[in-house]
Amino acid sequence: MAESEHHDHDHHHEELGFWRKYVFSTDHKVIGIQYAVTGMLFLFFGFCLMMLMRWQLAFPGEPVPLLGKLFPRGLPGGVMLPEFYNELGAMHGTIMVFMGIVPLAVGGFGNFVLPLQIGAPDMAFPRLNMMSYQSFLIGGLIMFGSFFLPEGAAQSGWTSYPPLADIAPSGQTAWLIGMVFLITSSLLGAINFLVTTIQLRADGLSFFRLPFFCWAQFVTSFLLLLAFPPLEAAAFMQLMDRVAGTSFFLPSGLVVSGQALEVSGGGSPILWQHLFWFLAHPEVYVLILPAFGIVAEIIANNTRKPLWGYKSMVYSLIVLGFLSFVVWAHHMFLTGMGTTMSAFFQTTTMMISIPSVIILTALILSLWGGSIRFTTPMLFALGFLPMFGIGGLTGLPLGLTAPDIHLHDTYYVIGHFHYVVAPGTIFALFAGIYYWYPKVTGRHMSEFWGKVHFWPSFVLMNLIFFPMLIQGMAGMSRRMYDGGATYAHNEGVLYLNKVISFAAWGLALAQIPFILNLFLSLRKPKTASANPWRATTIEWAAPSPPGHGNFTRPVAAYRGPYEYSVPGESEDFTPQFEPAKAPVAAH
Amino acid sequence: MATPTVVPIDKIIPHTVKPREDTGLNNVKIGIWLFLASEVMLFGGLFASYILLRVGADRWPRGEEYLSIPWATANTLILIASSVTMVMAWASCIRKDFGKYRLYMGLTVLGGLGFMIIKYIEYTSKFHHGYFPSTNTFLAVYFTLTGLHALHVLSGMIVNLYFWGPGAKMWHTEHERFTNRVETAGLFWHFVDLVWIFLFPILYLL
Repeated sequence: MAESEHHDHDHHHEELGFWRKYVFSTDHKVIGIQYAVTGMLFLFFGFCLMMLMRWQLAFPGEPVPLLGKLFPRGLPGGVMLPEFYNELGAMHGTIMVFMGIVPLAVGGFGNFVLPLQIGAPDMAFPRLNMMSYQSFLIGGLIMFGSFFLPEGAAQSGWTSYPPLADIAPSGQTAWLIGMVFLITSSLLGAINFLVTTIQLRADGLSFFRLPFFCWAQFVTSFLLLLAFPPLEAAAFMQLMDRVAGTSFFLPSGLVVSGQALEVSGGGSPILWQHLFWFLAHPEVYVLILPAFGIVAEIIANNTRKPLWGYKSMVYSLIVLGFLSFVVWAHHMFLTGMGTTMSAFFQTTTMMISIPSVIILTALILSLWGGSIRFTTPMLFALGFLPMFGIGGLTGLPLGLTAPDIHLHDTYYVIGHFHYVVAPGTIFALFAGIYYWYPKVTGRHMSEFWGKVHFWPSFVLMNLIFFPMLIQGMAGMSRRMYDGGATYAHNEGVLYLNKVISFAAWGLALAQIPFILNLFLSLRKPKTASANPWRATTIEWAAPSPPGHGNFTRPVAAYRGPYEYSVPGESEDFTPQFEPAKAPVAAH
Repeated sequence: MATPTVVPIDKIIPHTVKPREDTGLNNVKIGIWLFLASEVMLFGGLFASYILLRVGADRWPRGEEYLSIPWATANTLILIASSVTMVMAWASCIRKDFGKYRLYMGLTVLGGLGFMIIKYIEYTSKFHHGYFPSTNTFLAVYFTLTGLHALHVLSGMIVNLYFWGPGAKMWHTEHERFTNRVETAGLFWHFVDLVWIFLFPILYLL
C-alpha cells in the first residue's frame, strides 16, 4: 500500500542535504543514475565471476594464478573446487540478468529517459521509485553477501531447479530471499513506469507519437508486472520446502547419496520449471525490448530520417508482449511433457519470431538511403543489429522440438542466448550510455576512445560466442566443471575453450577505454548543449543536465517523434517540442 | 542542479488527485489496479500449483479431514462484512461525515483483527494436533496459501489503521485526496476479501 504514501506532504528545506539528494533521493534522474551505476558494478562483478570460470574451463585443475590467497574457501591452493565453480556459474547468470542488465536497461535508462521523453516533471510515484531502488539494492547485497556464507552462494544454476535446489546448501536460501527483494523492486518500478506513461504524457503526446523507446519500456513494464509474481510464488514455495520441510517440489521416494530423503513427498519438480520459465521467458523480452528501444532512437537520430515502419514496430512490440507469455515451455521440451504440449509451444515459439523479425527488419531498412553519421552510439547500435540477428536466428532450432533434442543443454544454447544478451543487449546499453551521457552530465564522452572501445569489443564478443555454437553442435554439454574434457566426443572442440577464455580476458581489457572514458569525461567542462545530437524527441528540450522538475518551460508535442529531414524545413530535424512555424496539415 | 529553492515534487506532478481528462483516472487509481493485476498473477501462480499438485496426487484429503469448516465460515462472514464497512467508510468520506467514517473504518480494522484471531486459533489447533506444513502436501498448500493471505490481511489492517488514526489528519486539509486514499485502500481490502472467497472453497469445501 505504499503507493498512497507518496501523498504525504513534504515540506522540503531550502536545499536538500547530501543524504536526501544522493542516497534517498526521489528524483527520477538521481534514481536512474543510482540504478545505472549499481547495475554496471554488478555487470562488472558478474563478468569477473565468468573470467574466473574461464580459467577452469581453459586449464582444468591447474591452480589459478595469484587468486588462491583471495578465495581460500573456493580455491584452496589456487585449484578451483567443483562446488565453487557451480557457485560462480549460478551467480554469474543471476547477477547478469537480475542485477545487471535489467537494472541498467529498465531501472537506469527507463528511469532517467522515460519521464524526460514524455515531457513529465518526474515519475508518477517518486517515493515508490526510491523504494524500488532501495529494494533492489537490498536484494543485490543479499545475493552478493551470500558468497561469504560458510557454505557459499547458491550453486544450483540461475534456474534453481529442484530437487537439487531444495537440498542445496544455505546459499540457496539467500538466493530465494534476495529474489523476493528483486521481484518487489521490479514490481514497484513497473507500476511506476506504466502509470507515468499513461498519465504524465505532455499535451499533444498521444500514444502513437511516443518515441519507440517509451513503447519498449511500456511493454517491458507489463511483462515485469505480470510475469514476475508467479516466480515469487514459486520462490515462496521453494523457501517453504527448504525452511518448513514441505514437499512442493520434492517427489516421493527421493534418494540422496544412497539415503531416502525424509520428506512427505508428492511434490513435482516440473512444477518449479513451469513457474520459473513462466517468468523467465518473458524475462528474455525484458532484456531485449529496452535494447530495441535504445537502438531505434539512435538509428533514427544518426540516419537523419524517420524510423521505417514505426507503427508496425509498435504493433510488433505489443504482439511480442502477449506471445511471450505462451512460449515458456519451449525450455522444457526434454522433460517428457508430451507431444501435444510440445507441438503447442513449438508453434507459439515460431510465431513469436515473426514480430522480432519485423522489428529487426524495420531497423535495418531504416538505414536505407540515410546519411549515416558513424558516431560511437551509432556504431554500437549498428553492431547490435547483426549480433541480435545471429542470436535470434540461432534460437529457431532450439524452438523446434527435433533439433532441440540434440542441442538442449549444450554450449550451443549458451552461444545463442549470449549473442542476444551480450553483443546484443549490452551493445545497445553501451550505445545508450554514449548517446544520453551529454544529457545526464552536460559533458561529452570522447568519440575517439569510444571507437577504441567498440572495435575490439565487437571482434572479441564474436570470438567468445561463435566458438560456443560450434562446441555445442559437437555435443559439448554446459555446466561441465572440466570444460567437457571427460567426454571423448568433445575432443575435437576442446581447443576452443582456450580461444574463448583468452578472448574473454581480452574483452575485459577492451572495457578499460570505456571505464576511463566514462569517469574521466566527468572532469571535462560542461559544454554539451541541450540538444547536442540534433535530435527530435522531448528529452532534448530539457537543459543538459536537467534540473529539478526537468523542464525550464512547459513542453508539448506538436508532431510525431522522428521528423528528420522534412522536405521544406531549414534544418534536417524538426523537434517534437517545437511549435510549427507555419500552419501545417494535421497528422 | 543549483536551484536555490526546491519545489516539493508532489506539487508539480499532475493528476495525483484530479483525474486526467483523456484517461478519466488519477494516478493512484491506475497504480492500485496494476498492483492488483500483479497480485492476481501471484495468487494465480499459487492456485495453479495447487491444481497441478492435486491432480498429480495419489490421494488428496478432503478439507474437513484436517480443517474446521465452522471457523472458516465465520471468517468468511467476518471478511465480507468488513468489506461492506469499508465501502461505508468510503461513502462517509464522500458524505463528509467524520464520525461515521471513524466508526466504519474502525469496524473494518476490527473485522480484520477478528479474522486474524480465528486464523490464529485454527493454526494453533493444527500445530496442537501435530499437523505441520511438512506433514503432507495438502497441509503445505493450506499453510502457504492461507499464510500469504494472512500477511495480506495484516498489511491491509496496518494501512486501514493508519487512515483511521494519524492518517486521518488529511481529512481536514485535503479532503478529496484523503477520499481517494480510502478508496484505494478499499480496493486492496476487497481484493484480499476476494482471495479468501476463493481459498475457502478450494481448501475447506472441495
